[in-house]
This record gives sequence, C-alpha cells and structure tokens, in this order.
Amino acid sequence: MKSINQIQDEIIEEFSMFEDWMEKYEYIIDLGKELPLLHEEQKTDDRLIHGCQSRVWVNTELSESKLHFTADSDAIITKGIISLLIRVLSNQTPQDIVTTELYFIGKIGLQEHLSPTRANGLVGMINRLKSEGLKHLNL
Amino acid sequence: MSTFHVNQVRKDFPILDTKIHGKPLIYFDNGATSQKPTQVISRINRYYENENANVHRGVHYLSDQATQAYEEARTNIASFIGASSPKEIVFTKGTTDGINTIAYSLGELLQVGDEILISGMEHHANIVPWQLLCERKGTILKVIPVLEDGTLDLEAFSRLLSNKTKLLSVVHVSNTLGTINPLDFLIKQAKSVGALVMVDAAQSIQHLPIDVQTLGCDFLVFSGHKVFGPTGIGVLYGKLDLLNSLPPYQGGGDMIDQVTFEKTTYQEAPLKFEAGTPNIAGAIALSEAFHYLNSLDLQSAFAHELTLGQYLRANMKDLPSMRFIGEAPDTCATLSFLVGKIHPLDLGTLLDKQGIAVRTGHHCTQPLMHRFNIPGTVRASLAFYNTQEEIDQFIIALERSIHLLS
Repeated sequence: MKSINQIQDEIIEEFSMFEDWMEKYEYIIDLGKELPLLHEEQKTDDRLIHGCQSRVWVNTELSESKLHFTADSDAIITKGIISLLIRVLSNQTPQDIVTTELYFIGKIGLQEHLSPTRANGLVGMINRLKSEGLKHLNL
Repeated sequence: MSTFHVNQVRKDFPILDTKIHGKPLIYFDNGATSQKPTQVISRINRYYENENANVHRGVHYLSDQATQAYEEARTNIASFIGASSPKEIVFTKGTTDGINTIAYSLGELLQVGDEILISGMEHHANIVPWQLLCERKGTILKVIPVLEDGTLDLEAFSRLLSNKTKLLSVVHVSNTLGTINPLDFLIKQAKSVGALVMVDAAQSIQHLPIDVQTLGCDFLVFSGHKVFGPTGIGVLYGKLDLLNSLPPYQGGGDMIDQVTFEKTTYQEAPLKFEAGTPNIAGAIALSEAFHYLNSLDLQSAFAHELTLGQYLRANMKDLPSMRFIGEAPDTCATLSFLVGKIHPLDLGTLLDKQGIAVRTGHHCTQPLMHRFNIPGTVRASLAFYNTQEEIDQFIIALERSIHLLS
C-alpha cells in the first residue's frame, strides 16, 4: 500500500514528462473521462460542493479503517483534477488524510485551479476530503 | 475618412502588451471590466501626488483645487451623456449602487400594489434591489419575457404596462446576450402610462452614443470601470426635479444642509445622494476617461467594434456544435455561446492557457440562464482596442480547445 506522499511523488514524476500545457491538459482531460461516474441518485445535495460554475459531488465510504472516495463533476477538467486528488487521498486512513500536506498540485503547475476565483469547487473538494478525514478520526 | 487607428489606440493601454502563460494577452472580457488608458492611470497618480484634499469643506488651496476638479468631472460627464445640468449627475460606487439608491429613495414614495417592471435579461443588480423593495413596501415586480432569439417580447411588454406601473427599469444592452434593447420604444410606451424609466447603461455607455435628453429616461446608471475609468466610481443620472423630490438614500457628511438633534435638513441634488467623503480620485479619473474618449474618433471606434463583433459571429457560426445564446438582429460586440456538451468552465480554462481572457458562467443573470435552460455560457465581449487578428487567434485557440475536450 502506497502512502499519500509516495502517490504524490509518482504524480509529480508523471507530470514532469509533459513538454507543454497541451500535453498536460490532454492528460487531465483523459483522466476526467476515465473517472468512474457517480450514479445520478448519488448526486444529492449533501454530496454536492458548490463551486459556483462547476459542480462537484463527493461520496465517502469507510471500510477497514480507511476512507474511500468517489466523485464526479459536470466539468471535465475539474473531473481530471478530482481524479488525481482521489488517487492521492482515497484508500488512506483518516489520520493520514488529515495530517498529510498536499503539495503535488503546486508541483505539477495546477495551483491556479485552487484560486478562490476559479469557482470550480476544487478548494471545496479538498476541504471536504479533509473534513471527512477529521470526522472519522475518532471512530 | 476614419481617424481611428486601432494599433495607435492600443498603445494607450499598457496592459494589452502583457503576456499570459507566455502568450500575448487577448482580452475579450470587456463586459466584466475594461482596461484603462495611460491617461486615466496617470490622472489618478497626479491627483494623489499633487492635488489630494477633501472636497466641499476646506478653505485651503488644495481643498479648493480638489473641489474644482471634482465638480469639473461632474460637468464633463453631464456633457458627455447630454444631461441638462451637472446637478443631474450623482457620483456612486457603480451601477449596483445607483440602482440601489433609486430602489430605496424612489421606493420610499411607492405604495402597496405599485408595480416595478423589469426585463428577463436583467443583471442581478437590476433584480435584487427591487425584490428587497417589494419585501419592504409591498410593491410588485413584473418581468418582460425574453424571446428565443434574445430580444424582449414587446407584445408582452405592452400588456404588462398599466397605470399601476410606476417604474420601468431596463437594461440598455444585455451583458450576457449583447442584445441592444429598443429604448426609444420602451421609454415612449412606459411614459404613455405615466411610469418613470431607469436605464441600466452599464454595458452601453462604452459601446453606443448616449444622450439622456433624447432618450427621455428619468434615471440612467453606469459604472466607471466598464468605460475605461477606475473601479469604485459610477454615475447615477436623474432628472433634477425628480432627484430633488426624492428622500435621501444614506445619511452622513456632505449630504446635509443643517444638522440639529431635533431636525436635519439636506442638500439639494446631487450632494443629497453623496453621503460621506466621495471617491474624489475616481470621479476625476472617470472624467479623464471620457476626456480620452472625446479625443478619439468615437464614431469610427464604435463602428470598428461593431465590425469586429460581426466578424467574430461570422467566423464562429460554422464551428461544429456551436450554439449562440442570443441572436438578436441588433447586438453589441458581445457574444455568448456553448459548444455541444462542453462545460463553459472547461473552454474558459483552455482559452486562458492560450492567453485569452473570456468570461464563463451565468454572468450574474441566473434567471436568463433558466430561461434558456443552460447552466452558463462562454462570453466573448470586445472593446474598440481589440483587433481582427485577435479574433483570428481566438478562433484557432477555440478550435484547439474544442478538439482537446471532444
């Protein structure tokens, strides 16, 4: 089982091969297309993170002391970045989810997607994943 | 013979030389805010470096100079929009502030059951203040429907007008669709039932010649920052008698005549509506923006912009799965669109990577988005400093983005 930081480093390594923004975004868009969808009935208000422009839904399940996330969005680039976040944070312990710093987003040059004006719901998504971790910390 | 040369004019706007993600900036988000010419930027500097003082009170030299410049700004702006007196120009924070002023002050004079008529393509700024008024005073908000092509349903408009209609508050140019509304007709009809008319000129003041007396509107509002001036300053035009007949909106310094604990009397318009120290630098710089516009061959500048708008539409309409939201015969160089099922945010993100600034989302017109049953659009909104070459680049970038997302 890889740790959060091992996965982050893996992603940074993968992204270092892209030579320009087009390759990078092509990859993110492909990830977005591959991300398993949530069922329509799972897109409920309690799973919804309001991002103003693109909507993001997160489903959380706990098994064997680990949190498992699935998520969806109506915007494909948002979905691609979500897929990276899920790869990093899903199947990890609440403790690790809460305490590990997410540095890969900055390192792969996607920091701009986390600016509050982006209105893509990603900041809300990260907050949600972290708070799900917190919620399950003491269980 | 046109004396408008776009490449010359672009030199006045330093930001247009910026590189974004290593690519030359193509700024197509003028509907959100316009860029500022050097003349305006230096005017702000000059004011703070040499002229700064508070207005209307001091007896000293600088205060006198500042007051004079501030009041000259009023005069200059009055003349630009054809007001009959500088006293008809109230400085505000912007369009939203202007509408809220009237919604409050005029609202105080309205009765339960009086009707306010707006249109289905209003910005939230011309919806919410009226909803607040309706909650406060029991007035009723009526809405002129928008037709499929993005024009107003004028038959419905005529049916909605009655002697209960106290105010028509309508947008001149839609910020989302670019539709130019037929103000002459709307104002004439509204006047025939005795209603007052307020025009939201936030998206027209920078694109079309405006003369408030020819229009015959009672109020007109716009923001400085969309017409090449700074943010935080705007204008509320009102007919003088009308302004003087309204109660004040906010109380405080500058707007008073005499204050005692028993009774306070107010200044006449426009100062009655300018409580507190105003945005002096903003007003002076906005005046400089109009001064700058007057220095251009404005008719040719506007014509250049319209040609660009037509060129943009013509070059986009044949792209696969392209859908224009709003196809009114009469539009400004603002174009909202969607491409197949692609999310507007995705297109906006990829255009940004190519140095292109557009707006995506609902553009503060959620009811209009509901009308077209869409979550949002991508909007390209042009200004006279944009060029045909930029549009060509934009089309290439757009095609590339669509390709990546498909």
